[in-house]
Amino acid sequence: MQNRTESLLHAVKNRILILDGAMGTMIQRYQLTEDDFRTAELKDHPKSLKGNNDLLSLSRPDIIKQIHREYLDAGADIIETNTFSSTTIAQADYELSHLAYEINLESAKIAREVADEFSAREPQKPRFVAGAIGPTNRTASLSPDVNDPGFRAITFDQLAEAYSEQVRGLLDGGSDILLIETIFDTLNAKAALYAVQDVFEERNIPLDPKEGGIPIMISGTITDASGRTLSGQTTEAFLISVSHVPLLSVGLNCALGAKELRPYLKVLAQNAPFYVSAYPNAGLPNEFGAYDQGANEMADQVRDFLKEGMLNILGGCCGTTPDHIQALAKLAAEYQPRKIEEVTEEEESNV
Amino acid sequence: MKLSGLEPLVFTPNINFVNIGERTNITGSRKFARLILNGQYDEALEIALDQVRGGAQVLDVCMDEGMLDGEYAMVKFLNLIASEPEISRIPIMVDSSKWSIILAGLKCIQGKGIVNSISLKNGEAEFIHQAKTVKKFGAAVVVMAFDEVGQADTYERRIEICERSYRILVDQVRFNPQDIIFDPNIFPVATGMEEHRKNALDFFLGTKWIKENLPGAKVSGGVSNVSFSFRGNDRVREAMHAAFLYHAIHHGMDMGIVNPTMLEVYDDIPKDLLERVEDVLFDKRDDATERLLDFAETVKSAGKKEVVNEAWRSDSVAKRIEHALVKGILDFIVEDTEAARLELNNPLKVIEGPLMDGMNVVGDLFGEGKMFLPQVVKSARVMKKAVAYLEPFMPLPEEGQEASSLKKILLATVKGDVHDIGKNIVGVVLACNSYQIIDLGVMVGSQKIIDEAIKNKVDIIGLSGLITPSLDEMVNVASEMERQGLKIPLLIGGATTSRIHTAVKIDPVYSGTVVHVTDASKSVPIAGEAISEETKEAYRLQIKEIYRQLREEHEAKQAVKQLVSYEEAKANPVEIDWVAFAPIKPNVLGNTVLEDLDLSILRKYIDWTPFFSTWMLSGKYPKILEDPTVGEEAKKLLADAQAMLDRIIAEKWLSANAVFGLYPVQRSADDVVVFDSSGQTLASFHFLRQQGKKGKGVPNRSLADYLHPVKTDYIGCFAVTAGMGMETKLAEFQAAGDDYNDILFKALADRLAEAAAEYLHEEVRKNYWGYSTEESLDNDSLIREEYPGIRPAPGYPACPEHSEKETIARLLDLEASAGITLTSSYAMYPTSSVSGFYFANPESRYFGLGKIGEDQVASYAERKGITLQQAERLLSPNLAYSPAPILS
Repeated sequence: MQNRTESLLHAVKNRILILDGAMGTMIQRYQLTEDDFRTAELKDHPKSLKGNNDLLSLSRPDIIKQIHREYLDAGADIIETNTFSSTTIAQADYELSHLAYEINLESAKIAREVADEFSAREPQKPRFVAGAIGPTNRTASLSPDVNDPGFRAITFDQLAEAYSEQVRGLLDGGSDILLIETIFDTLNAKAALYAVQDVFEERNIPLDPKEGGIPIMISGTITDASGRTLSGQTTEAFLISVSHVPLLSVGLNCALGAKELRPYLKVLAQNAPFYVSAYPNAGLPNEFGAYDQGANEMADQVRDFLKEGMLNILGGCCGTTPDHIQALAKLAAEYQPRKIEEVTEEEESNV
Repeated sequence: MKLSGLEPLVFTPNINFVNIGERTNITGSRKFARLILNGQYDEALEIALDQVRGGAQVLDVCMDEGMLDGEYAMVKFLNLIASEPEISRIPIMVDSSKWSIILAGLKCIQGKGIVNSISLKNGEAEFIHQAKTVKKFGAAVVVMAFDEVGQADTYERRIEICERSYRILVDQVRFNPQDIIFDPNIFPVATGMEEHRKNALDFFLGTKWIKENLPGAKVSGGVSNVSFSFRGNDRVREAMHAAFLYHAIHHGMDMGIVNPTMLEVYDDIPKDLLERVEDVLFDKRDDATERLLDFAETVKSAGKKEVVNEAWRSDSVAKRIEHALVKGILDFIVEDTEAARLELNNPLKVIEGPLMDGMNVVGDLFGEGKMFLPQVVKSARVMKKAVAYLEPFMPLPEEGQEASSLKKILLATVKGDVHDIGKNIVGVVLACNSYQIIDLGVMVGSQKIIDEAIKNKVDIIGLSGLITPSLDEMVNVASEMERQGLKIPLLIGGATTSRIHTAVKIDPVYSGTVVHVTDASKSVPIAGEAISEETKEAYRLQIKEIYRQLREEHEAKQAVKQLVSYEEAKANPVEIDWVAFAPIKPNVLGNTVLEDLDLSILRKYIDWTPFFSTWMLSGKYPKILEDPTVGEEAKKLLADAQAMLDRIIAEKWLSANAVFGLYPVQRSADDVVVFDSSGQTLASFHFLRQQGKKGKGVPNRSLADYLHPVKTDYIGCFAVTAGMGMETKLAEFQAAGDDYNDILFKALADRLAEAAAEYLHEEVRKNYWGYSTEESLDNDSLIREEYPGIRPAPGYPACPEHSEKETIARLLDLEASAGITLTSSYAMYPTSSVSGFYFANPESRYFGLGKIGEDQVASYAERKGITLQQAERLLSPNLAYSPAPILS
């Protein structure tokens, strides 16, 4: 049997791969209470834990498995682990930093189990687990204090350490991919990439997936119509800043709907020497902060960039559901994936 | 190679050469070093900003300095840069010889920067380790041509080390070859040492070899090293830099550090000099160094005598006009303009074509820091002369048809203020950048500004003012603009204006763009952004946001600023030993008028340093004349100034008057009652006292402290003017459109007024008051204030309240005795006038009042017999609190 990296590289070359949709939107449907978030050990934890969705991987793994299944049923090739906030830094808000490794490990195991279930059933369509690495709730290149622009609430070293621990948990739990996502500050992402490289070195994993490394996906977030990340970079500057690692893909997610994302995806499609991914929100939030773009409407908007051959990996972010993913999967099957043009810089500079 | 800050920098064949800004390198910029060592990071940030605005594409940041915690400084400065989008737009070069500082820097940059530098100096193991780390951070790297044996100083050593480094980086570290930048060492030539003869040639050939044999690699270097042996001879250095760069780029150099102000245009290097320089660079003959040295001597000994080169006269007419504009040559401009008019058969096309093209070149050179203000003003003079010549040929504009598509900028000095040198300079600089200037002059009321702005459909309004009451008037103009529904961007400039005042007081009352402009050179990019259709809205929002943050910061600071009560402040005065020093009675009491002072004497008292700063040439006189960057221009400017002074004196272009009075006084707390010699009360002066919380043993000063607390003491007040009769000559300059001489004359009149104050003070100390009869000081010592006593002026930091000038005016009967009047904002007219107090006590010092509390303001209002609101208005820049709004 091919190993999973090889089969992933083979699949992504030949068709548009489908990533799953929102985890939070699905969890909301269960109308959980504080008790659902508490494992036996956390019975007397002093802080309220409701809303710490990542913790459900320990307290209600049944729910998380069920959500993964629904997305796989809808046609997702890749499911994301329930670990968006599973760093020591993000968990510090709940005074659960000490559980960071365990949450990552268990979340990856859960996703692995469900994915393997589906792969066994349909060997011609192998399913993959992407270990989700969120941005944390701190920024390394912005000051939270307007009176002191030189101040930083977090340092590169602190981020790199927290990310290292997350990466170890995700790898130990059996992730096929590492997905550094929702990047609003590129310096945070660079710290994550640094941590990944550190852990790979420590475990003798090659960096390049073509040499058998664990593929790395990167997904940035353009915060508004300025076309820049929260930390101020243009899409092309963001791409250049993360291109030192042989990535599987680079892309954009969150903050905007498919229509609004298009001009920035185009920049990536034209310049990236990697595969390109996109998982937009279900439109823009309404006045109450909810997303109400339906599956078909989203698919209509996505069709535009599939037509232009801009994408290799497609999925959904906030507000998307298995319905959305099903519509996207159906649509993607009609189109060819983007081809990476093997243009080296040397050739470029001789033009 | 691709780099990034907030925006990408992609090396393409279209980018001929990438210029690295290095004024933020502590080892290369004395000013930057001083600011960082003093912890003045905000001002250091301005240097970075200037570099970006001056066209730097990469910013080199270096904090290698023995007295400094380099890691701390690197992190702090890079974090501050990250908060300034205009600076962090471009990639950062983290520069240090200490690996720990490089690491600290790499952890602060979100973009893809450059590490400067690593090398094989300490062996392969360290080199590989450092290269791997740089790769992990995703930066490009400068590799010095240096190995275990030493620095590469021959062609063979250069290629040997670079090839070895390259192979290790590419084969072992798997470093992207595109991200490798070699610095193959630029060393001085023409040093007289045999082994240095091939330094430039070897660099060229080494560069060529690298580009041909090490695919992807780039070449960089610090250009000024090459001319090291000609320090002090800028003409030769500039030529060497230009020629070196020209050939280095031809051999493949991609990027480097070049001081744009020390660079001649390659094509403009005189043929004989170029030949000698290139002989040296390419080591073409055995006596190349001697021949260049000989030539350098002739350039030096020729001194100021410019070699007149008329070759440009044979160029095309457009080129001739451009040359005349760039060099500020008036001699042929009418002749050339006429030739262009005949050629184009349309006077308007001459303006929009060759003249405007030439001025754009001037604007670009100024923007890039390759020309200085006095040169630009001379260019404008040439432009005006050409336009004046064309005017009679112009067709009358048809009704309703705009004569020109130029963007219009309205400039005015606000009501109550008469100062206009700065405003005129801004006008000239903007005119050089294709803006049409509508200058309303001085003392312009808000309604006139608004009416003219609407009538002329201007694109920007620029307000100027020098005295503090003008700040309030600017707020008034802005709120009137808002009330009358204007949306035109508003630029604020002038000596007392500030970013913080603009943010706190002006920006909130006007919903359009309001920007503070620190100096004339900043006016061009700001005006461009504020009115360009693409950028103006984004710019307005951006500036509004910056100012909102400044306001918040300001408020936060206000809250923590600690004041003591006025009572406590009074209980902590300057303690003077009145036993050791008893008040000295002046030889002459009452008023003395000195008319028509001898200008040739005053001339010797001129302090030239502020004169140069008027022209945006910074540096202390006389050292400024030797400054490598601005020295040449400073010398030319001084020569022009001296020549004009000769004529001012010989032809009596102006006259100077002085009047002063010395009176017995009785101090009562912070008030001083003035008597005549018979004991009749004449007037009272009211002084203010510092209220900031002081450390142990540091007093809360008031000028009143320098007078005896109970016994009779003495005070003086004075006024001088050097502005009488200037109008005739100014009208002449204005009619000729000669801004250069207009500004020069006004600046000199200001200097003469200050000189007159200095001269008068000396006379008073030695003779009229006579408390310092023994002193004998040269002008430098006078400028350094090495004499006993002070002469503080109302409106300046120790006594910032301007209306006290009224009392001085009344005591001295200023209008009758010296011809000086006060405006509604207490500015003196003629503009070139100075007034103030004399304090004789040897303990007296200048100080800044700082912020004061409501208790003192209330006391001041009562003592002066004005309302609290009036006092708050007069003292608004010094209030530590926000006064209650006036309800109407």
